[in-house]
Amino acid sequence: MVHKTALHAQHQALGAKLVDFSGWDMPLHYGSQVEEHHKVRQSAGMFDVSHMTIVDVAGAQARSFLRHLLANDVARLEKKGKALYTGMLNEQGGVIDDLIVYLMTEPGASGEWYRLVVNCGTRDKDLRWMADQALRFDVTLTEQPELAMVAIQGPKARQRVEQVVSESRARLISELKPFFGQESEGWFIARTGYTGEDGLEIMLPEDEVVDFWHQLHEAGVAPCGLGARDTLRLEAGMNLYGTDMDESVSPLEAAMGWTLALEPADRQFVGREAVEKMKAEGAPRRLVGLVLTERGVLRGHQKVIVEGAGEGEITSGSFSPTLGHSIALARVPAGTADTAEVEMRGKRVPVKVVRPPFVRHGEKVFS
Amino acid sequence: MSNVPNELKYVASHEWIREEGEGVVVVGITDHAQDLLGDVVFVELPDVGAEMSAGDDAGVVESVKAASDIYAPLSGEVVAVNEDLEDAPEMVNSDPYGDGWFFKIKLSDTAELEDLLDADGYAAHCEAES
Repeated sequence: MVHKTALHAQHQALGAKLVDFSGWDMPLHYGSQVEEHHKVRQSAGMFDVSHMTIVDVAGAQARSFLRHLLANDVARLEKKGKALYTGMLNEQGGVIDDLIVYLMTEPGASGEWYRLVVNCGTRDKDLRWMADQALRFDVTLTEQPELAMVAIQGPKARQRVEQVVSESRARLISELKPFFGQESEGWFIARTGYTGEDGLEIMLPEDEVVDFWHQLHEAGVAPCGLGARDTLRLEAGMNLYGTDMDESVSPLEAAMGWTLALEPADRQFVGREAVEKMKAEGAPRRLVGLVLTERGVLRGHQKVIVEGAGEGEITSGSFSPTLGHSIALARVPAGTADTAEVEMRGKRVPVKVVRPPFVRHGEKVFS
Repeated sequence: MSNVPNELKYVASHEWIREEGEGVVVVGITDHAQDLLGDVVFVELPDVGAEMSAGDDAGVVESVKAASDIYAPLSGEVVAVNEDLEDAPEMVNSDPYGDGWFFKIKLSDTAELEDLLDADGYAAHCEAES
């Protein structure tokens, strides 16, 4: 059974090339993914991300449950609406999924609850894992499949959204701080995204999303597909689950070390022991950025050769429309310095090793 | 359905061939091929003067999605390449049968033209592949 979002007919009407994405029929592009990419970097684009899984966590022990479940610490959410990026690990310290968690109420309020947005490709195992882990906590987990989700991204994104929404929502958007989300008249509006640009992710009832999409389109926001979403997140140095990390990879080897909240030392989250052990011993590999300034495109699974340090592999590679050359994320031996070679189509090509991101707010940021 | 002009000839590897007269043909990739590739970002072309046999590797098209080899559809000498593709590879997407051409070959054996597919034959081939 193929899943369709509430915007499926709009995608077809806009001439989208639709592809299967984890069982969902989703737009890859609406003509040119490179043009869509530039729209987001230069003005505003919108993505139907209704396939993503929203799970609300409530109950008397919601906070202690999430402090057990997640490698980052929801106790760091000191204000209502604040968002946190985190991995959800297994006992071996591998990444079951990466997700965003929002604190939906005042911290410590009675009735405190959280909203989690997890990947669609990992939905089933995530829900199973969370339900298992929740057994000894007084919590309720509620999936919200009837919520649609639209990401509007780009330097003009917030301004364009303000033009088409109610006055109170527009006021909220103009005041919303980065990495915060707030509810407004049944919509959850968050200043988050997956592109390295300013923008919003809005969760709203399915029966309101078609009108909203039309209004955004009329306001000049370009429909963008998963193709542009991938090159945008790669330029922004953001991981893609299943590609850059999975259950066999530690956050320490996926450039996610900063999401591990090891203080306070007495918080026992799942996977803690394993990541502490790896941290103490030193992770054998790390995730880095690669830059190829000559012709050619780095691709996933190409071999990376590091003189004197060993071999690694590209996890995500593509052409960077903003930079005009190829970039990649690669897992390489810990001892890798600032150059490497990539085996491309039978040839070894020298590349520069950099620390991602590659692009932020439309500008090159590595050196 | 993609555009398959009647006046052109084709090969199963998705190149099109236009006869220019005096034994010279122009070669590019079809609308169907560019649609499958998505946005083209680099095109590597053969050297002018290179001798090709039908079926030889003649270059590479790199799109955002994948790298794909280009083959010489006919035997002969490469007499021109489309240098504009260096700066504007997107012409392969926007105008595959016009500004997006790849190279020209001076044929060594015009009889090979008989082996090419016509528009109907190529359309049927694409249909069978999908």
